[in-house]
Amino acid sequence: MDFTDTKDEAAFRSAARAWLAKNAEPKRGAFETWDARYGDEALPRAKDYQRRKAEAGFAGITWPKEYGGRGGTAIEQVIWSQEELEYIAPRGYFEIGLGMIMPTLFAYATEEQKRRYPPKALRGDEIWCQLFSEPAAGSDLAGLRTRAVKDGSDWVINGQKIWTSGAHRADYGVVVTRSDPNAAKHKGLTYFFLDMKSPGIEIRRIKQISGASNFNEVYFTDVRIPDSQRLGAVGGGWGVAITTLMNERLTSGELRGPDWDELLGIARSTELEDGPALADAGVRERLADWYVKRQGLRWTRFRVMTALSRGETPGPENSIGKLVAAAQAQDMAAFAMDLMDMGGMVSDPELAPMRAAFQDAVLSSPGSRIAAGTDEILKNIIAERVLGLPADVRVDKDVAFKDLPASKR
Amino acid sequence: MNFDFSDDQKVLRDQARKFLGQHAAPARVRKVLEGDAPYDVELWRGMAEQGWPGTAIPESYGGAGFGYLELCVIAEELGRSLAPTPFASSIYLAAEALLLAGSDAQKKAWLPKLAMGETIGCFAFAEGPGTPTAKSIATRARDGRISGTKMPVPDGDVADLAVVVARTSEGAGDDALSLFLVDLRANGVTRTSVKTVDPTRSHGRVVFDGAPAEPLGATGAGAALVRKLLDRAAVLVAFEQVGGAQAALDMAREYAMGRFAFGRPIASFQAIKHKLVDMYVALELARSNAYYGAWALSTNAAELPVAAAAARVSATEAFWLAAKENIQTHGGMGFTWEFDCHLYYRRAKLLALQLGSARRWKHELMARLTKAA
Repeated sequence: MDFTDTKDEAAFRSAARAWLAKNAEPKRGAFETWDARYGDEALPRAKDYQRRKAEAGFAGITWPKEYGGRGGTAIEQVIWSQEELEYIAPRGYFEIGLGMIMPTLFAYATEEQKRRYPPKALRGDEIWCQLFSEPAAGSDLAGLRTRAVKDGSDWVINGQKIWTSGAHRADYGVVVTRSDPNAAKHKGLTYFFLDMKSPGIEIRRIKQISGASNFNEVYFTDVRIPDSQRLGAVGGGWGVAITTLMNERLTSGELRGPDWDELLGIARSTELEDGPALADAGVRERLADWYVKRQGLRWTRFRVMTALSRGETPGPENSIGKLVAAAQAQDMAAFAMDLMDMGGMVSDPELAPMRAAFQDAVLSSPGSRIAAGTDEILKNIIAERVLGLPADVRVDKDVAFKDLPASKR
Repeated sequence: MNFDFSDDQKVLRDQARKFLGQHAAPARVRKVLEGDAPYDVELWRGMAEQGWPGTAIPESYGGAGFGYLELCVIAEELGRSLAPTPFASSIYLAAEALLLAGSDAQKKAWLPKLAMGETIGCFAFAEGPGTPTAKSIATRARDGRISGTKMPVPDGDVADLAVVVARTSEGAGDDALSLFLVDLRANGVTRTSVKTVDPTRSHGRVVFDGAPAEPLGATGAGAALVRKLLDRAAVLVAFEQVGGAQAALDMAREYAMGRFAFGRPIASFQAIKHKLVDMYVALELARSNAYYGAWALSTNAAELPVAAAAARVSATEAFWLAAKENIQTHGGMGFTWEFDCHLYYRRAKLLALQLGSARRWKHELMARLTKAA
């Protein structure tokens, strides 16, 4: 039992460090983001960074070489992520395309398409988005209603998608549609990729409770997609969507925002009725609880890395990460505000401790408990795939989709 | 990165699981629960024949000279099986105290016998309800004699040798305490069994009345040695707790799969699924924290005090959650004497207290974390 890199891993890590030292900017504060630093310049600078990263062979580390990748190992990808985390790097621009959509193309696209799209995505020349969720299809994704109707060699798409990250800056997207409402729910779906500049697409930004806009609504009105851009069989879209989502779980990294160390900082610097918050027994117990869970997650990731390092597929232990971390981030943020007492209400970054990182986190953390699987869906997944418990009784299995009851709106 | 047990260690784990499956099945544990014997003598002998007590004791003192990772592997299996033996007292505490603080002569005198399982050791610390500290401990040692009452002492009623925490000076400072070795078969020692929440592990009340006591380590070093000793034992007991939590989760899962209500297995209801997932999540966090503790223990790392406290807190909470929710998953049958749920429930609470409560360890953890910064 040890924490040292193998010889190959150490060599890769030192190459990664050398490149980052030359090509990336150190963070000025723990929570400084790419977007905050570069403002209006953020997108062109992100693309420039991505191009240089790809040229150096640090983008698409696990991709096959013939499509522009490095042909490396999963453990190298983890090592790269660890090292890049020390620097300010663009996040949220390329992950969905590179981490989720391109692996789907590798599995379902034609050879010609695989040579055309992934290399450009890798260099940041083209950004991709994932058009899955709908107003009536979130956790129950297969309940989606966006219609695809065949017309000659094209398909005509009508409907609405929601929660589409980065649609406003995307060049391409993948979309799951309902091609056959007479088939059972999971059997009438078809999956395509499309040009996001196609006529009939309208994108509206969604403003979140935090005030930020990371997501969009995307409306489709008679949008035409050539049949050559279908991935998988007609009616086989569910299987393709699962391929994309399986990769999501590998992509979802650590949550950003204030963590235990920052909470400790607040406890040190905040005065309560009997002195510093850190001297209070109740505060110390709660800090201890969260420390133990945070460390538990950290060492769990090392167990996952060990499996990757051996070339094995990581076990189910990885699945607990987001479930625990997202809820804990919310609880810690709310507690940090409690420590500030009445002053905790203030969210002006010029006035609040740590530039209002905890006030921001209270408003952003509910989203972390929903994105990439709600707490409840993640628990169902762990229950069924890890503990092997039976799936829930389904009332929607052998019924034509059009005959299923729907929410009243 | 190699944050896992080795293949050899996994072979040892499989052997231990197989042995305990045969010799420490629930029916055997129940014999101790319901009978008069304080522990399973036959099982203890069998464990000694396997060489388990000597796992981490150096060969020069009659042990097998493996290491702490191997001992952690065995501890997890002992926890899973609820093996009713004095292993923890004798090995994690008495033998460890000798290794930490004993003179060469003391180690030579006692470790080979502990390694063979011929001698049973124990650790006498608590003096009734409340946290034992330099302020509260009344047991007094002077001029080679010790007097006072220790209660409860895990395996104190069956052990031959005790490591005793006693006062060597007045005052409430840490330097008022020292460790002593006391032969429990000597004159001046009176022992009675004490009933505890978990009768599958034996406990005693030990009264010293001028019994001969030999200093273990420097005079006044007692409090510091106790902290070190408890850190080492905490990692090992954390593995027992992880093993116990896994067994309780497995039991709940199996019952929920086979129990039908409202026309379907109760394991298909989300209320039950999510309960079992909560148990699993706590268990995996505890397992990972225990692994880190094992690494720190086996390498004697500077991180051991923090790692041990985190492992202790995490494992205590995981086992408690698994044991109590296992009963709830079973419904009414879960709180019958006949079903085995209470064996895990009792053990979970016992282990949660045996090296000090989670509340105390959380405060230790914070003291260590904030001192280091």
